[in-house]
Amino acid sequence: MTTDPFDTLPTTDPAAFTRLHQRLESAAGDAGVLDVAYRTMDSPVGTLLLATTDLGMLRVAFDREGIDTVLEDLARDVSPRILRAPARLDGAARELDEYFAGDRRTFDLPLDLRLSHGFRRAVLEQLMHIDYGTTASYGDVAEAAGNPRAARAVGSACRTNPLPLILPCHRVVRSDGSIGQYLGGVEAKQLLLSMEAAA
Amino acid sequence: MNLQPFEFVVRDHGPTVLRVCRAVLGPDDAEDAWSETFLAAMQAYPRLRPDSDIVAWLVTIAHRKAIDHVRAASRRAVTLPELPDRAASQAPGWDETSGLWDALRALPLKQRQTVAYHYLIGLPYREIAAIVGGSEDAARRAAADGIAALRTSATQGALR
Repeated sequence: MTTDPFDTLPTTDPAAFTRLHQRLESAAGDAGVLDVAYRTMDSPVGTLLLATTDLGMLRVAFDREGIDTVLEDLARDVSPRILRAPARLDGAARELDEYFAGDRRTFDLPLDLRLSHGFRRAVLEQLMHIDYGTTASYGDVAEAAGNPRAARAVGSACRTNPLPLILPCHRVVRSDGSIGQYLGGVEAKQLLLSMEAAA
Repeated sequence: MNLQPFEFVVRDHGPTVLRVCRAVLGPDDAEDAWSETFLAAMQAYPRLRPDSDIVAWLVTIAHRKAIDHVRAASRRAVTLPELPDRAASQAPGWDETSGLWDALRALPLKQRQTVAYHYLIGLPYREIAAIVGGSEDAARRAAADGIAALRTSATQGALR
């Protein structure tokens, strides 16, 4: 009989892997090599990806964007030293849970806006001034960002918003009152606006 | 072509590297070696060429960390009493009743390494030789001798 001595070994050991992963998360953090930490969370608008750097929240993404695709983009655009490290995002997840429960109107999180530049970044900074439960038109935001003719560019800034929900691009709607597009899907946008209007 | 997020490297290759660390060092020291390997890999990762063979790269790092452990263990053996078993009971397939670690421990280190790199992860002997040193033929012979000894242990019932 010539069975391989390793044949009886399980190929994975989930308990050990969990233990070792947690150990790597904290060792990498201590060594200053954990450039991007992420976790996922469930929400009324589907699974969300949350990612942070040492500076602050870097990215919120919807499931429909493709979690792996978004992480691959972050590896290319920010750093490949990315780990799932949920503890680093406990605070952000808690604030989002409170928001979805109707118990939070503004977020109190440091932000890392490095993924956005130029006029798009100016648009994102204007989004912070659209209050909970209210909406603004693409044209309104264009004007506030310093270029009244740039409503279309505001649309594209919202479509590429790296921090949806936290920077509330869902509150930007068409000037005729129709809802417009949303990275998380039109149904998600409708749900968020209804939720905020009811709170 | 870009480097994948390091989490994908841990997810895809972490379990395999753990099996290798256990085969080379035994279940007790394996988790420390795994942790040191992946921390060192993460530190160096941004400088890795995206088309590199990730498994061979990880095994190269794990090999160096394992040698550090073997050296530290031989120093410890002189000065300190044996540490009680910690991880063995937590490593499925590696508990004392399986006899696997006893059989592996009886092999010379180089046989243990070449057996693990070839039979657990299928690295070709050319790459194994580059990692452990020596010629491709020597690596092939060490692995053949090692696996033959393990199979003998198995037929003698030392491995259950």
